[in-house]
Amino acid sequence: MSSSDTTPRTDHEAILRLDNVTRVHGTDGTAVRALAGVSLAVRAGELVAVMGPSGSGKSTLLNLAGGLDAATSGQVLIEGQSIGTLKGDALARLRRRRVGFVFQDFNLIPSLTAVENVALPLELDGQRVSRARRRAVDALTMVGVQELADRYPDKMSGGQQQRVAIARALVGDRRLVLADEPTGALDSHTGEGVLRVLRERCDAGAAGLLVTHEARHAAWADRVVFLRDGVVVDSTGSAETAEALLEPTA
Amino acid sequence: MSVKQGLLALLATEPMYGAQLRSEFEARTGGTWPLNVGQVYTTLARLERDGLVEAIGEDAEGRISYRLTRAGQAEVARWWVSPVTRETTPRDELVIKLALAVTVEGVDVHRVVQTQRTATLRHLQDLTRLKQRATTHHEAAEDGDGQVDLAWLLVLENLIYAGEAEVRWLDHVEARLVREANRPRRPASATPGTTATTTDPAMGAIAGDQSTTTKGAPR
Repeated sequence: MSSSDTTPRTDHEAILRLDNVTRVHGTDGTAVRALAGVSLAVRAGELVAVMGPSGSGKSTLLNLAGGLDAATSGQVLIEGQSIGTLKGDALARLRRRRVGFVFQDFNLIPSLTAVENVALPLELDGQRVSRARRRAVDALTMVGVQELADRYPDKMSGGQQQRVAIARALVGDRRLVLADEPTGALDSHTGEGVLRVLRERCDAGAAGLLVTHEARHAAWADRVVFLRDGVVVDSTGSAETAEALLEPTA
Repeated sequence: MSVKQGLLALLATEPMYGAQLRSEFEARTGGTWPLNVGQVYTTLARLERDGLVEAIGEDAEGRISYRLTRAGQAEVARWWVSPVTRETTPRDELVIKLALAVTVEGVDVHRVVQTQRTATLRHLQDLTRLKQRATTHHEAAEDGDGQVDLAWLLVLENLIYAGEAEVRWLDHVEARLVREANRPRRPASATPGTTATTTDPAMGAIAGDQSTTTKGAPR
């Protein structure tokens, strides 16, 4: 199986689309295929989980989706725009405006308050501070932690920090959230609260891609995609195939 | 599941008649293990015979209510403090299927694992949606309803953890099959005529797994 398309290609609503994406590290003799012919779409309102063993290509997929890495072949589109053709400033601008990341270790800037952390991508994008702060407060309200606006990260619990990180990922016009094991550093109850917030934001119109190795967490998604050796081997959204498991006997 | 213990525990809250016991049991376990009303009446008859419950009369519609006797109360108290024993291992079709798949020639075991994992994940997605709904309902509920929601949430979470354990086990099976395929093998003729014993006790523990590496070899 070289490629597996889990979504129709005619869908214009897709916030994120990967078309037959391959990523090869190294050259010729030492080339390693991290991702091979992966096609995937995440629509507005949809949360898609990616599962797979270590080294299956989950992180590569997320990095490509967020424009942190470039595909060797195939294309990645964010809100219809192919990011492979963008360079330097243009790519950075698209990332600031359209894509948010949520990491296992929250990645908030310790010297900034919650509202300053959330407003940062808007301010870096040239928005007036007052407007950026207003939109940051809106984003904090969406994830239910508006009362933490003036608090610094070291005065927040892990679950609160991760909610702030989700607010930052979806501040302003950002509609694509890429989450890499967002519950990895949280206890089970807190982790579930964070997944609920992520689910709610997707239900409200965001598009989410969630990398996780926990089936219990992946189950919050609308679709679960399995990667192995850089290839999509199955998806809970695809039609079941009924191929014979037994080879014909001689 | 012991229907007997379940009915006794419900009767510890207040006297009830058969149909009431059935609906209370199902409300608290989310209908996951439905009881038929015949089963309830048969069990009540047996409990009455054994002196654990007694009838306290009929209502206008002819329904007989039961309450616990002193012996019944003692039985319930004993049940709460006794561990549930799992003396028999229930027959699990998936475990049997995989045990057979690794020993029957020509089966694509990875495919069996992947198909099951996808199906289990879909089941987990359904359970998670139910749980989301139940959680929302629970948070909005009045005190009385809240307890029944809590019981249903606990049942759902048990099913979710069981599904997760199944996926983890399937991941483990897959990883083990890969390790087995890459494991260096000893020449089959190294110790002809001797029994398959080894000085390394750990080797003995995995002797049962060697079927995956001896696919097609004469036994």
